[in-house]
Amino acid sequence: MNFGTPHVVRNPELSAEACLPLLEAATGEVFQIMLGARLVRSNDPNPPEVADLTAMVGLAGQMCAIVSLRCDTATARRLAAKMLGEPSLEGNQFDEAARDAIGEICNMVAGNFKAKVAGLVDGCLLSVPTVITGKDYHLHLVANGSRAAVVLEFEDSPIWAALDLNT
Amino acid sequence: MKQKCVLIVDDSSVMRKIVERSLRQAGFELGQVLEANNGLEGLNLAQKHTLDLILSDINMPTMDGLEFVRQVQTIKSAKGVGVPVVIISTEGSEAKVVEAIHCGARGFIRKPFTADQVRERIAPFLQE
Repeated sequence: MNFGTPHVVRNPELSAEACLPLLEAATGEVFQIMLGARLVRSNDPNPPEVADLTAMVGLAGQMCAIVSLRCDTATARRLAAKMLGEPSLEGNQFDEAARDAIGEICNMVAGNFKAKVAGLVDGCLLSVPTVITGKDYHLHLVANGSRAAVVLEFEDSPIWAALDLNT
Repeated sequence: MKQKCVLIVDDSSVMRKIVERSLRQAGFELGQVLEANNGLEGLNLAQKHTLDLILSDINMPTMDGLEFVRQVQTIKSAKGVGVPVVIISTEGSEAKVVEAIHCGARGFIRKPFTADQVRERIAPFLQE
């Protein structure tokens, strides 16, 4: 990933697929800056579905979309520990921190993503993050929606970054 | 150097800890560090303590950061003037920065932030 190159998308008819490189770059930057961690794209585009935590942030305005990050609880715990510099957190306290951490990371990814889409930084607002626990659910796109996702690896664990775009 | 009293207002407890750690890593001598989950809690703490600096998020439940900045302007700092507020937010648009400054914020840091950005933007308020 090259985080130094400015990304500009000027096509008014954006698709989720076209925005995916920006989302990938935005995610990589947040992990690099806030966690000192380098994400790599997974060699396996369809790894086993282990994610039981989903963080979502909505974008409303010139772009209406949902940015989401998914991972398993163990990975979210490691994210929280790394963010806090406190590997000794335990039990419920750790799970709460894990949910908080994945939500806040998703929030920063969404903010960073919209800053990369030309014209969007001033034309779009973010929701507060929502975190879902469990994996027995389906996300249904509304009419004219498109979805794109990428699997990234954080310390050998998969993290799914996705954009659900309502065009 | 006198240790500083800082209030961090953010609905994410993880982010409050990160902000505090970033301040310490930047070399600022912190005394009491107070935390609030939203603007209303922040306002209550600001009325009860003598603060040197407030760092606040924007998107929060109950009372958002911009309303908090407006209302906290009337509270005097340790130096006898309005407590300086620096916004730390994912909302980094020019319009949002201008709005925050118009509300009374003295600085703006966009998330994600580096230690250097924190040092540079906070130094004017915490260095004597």
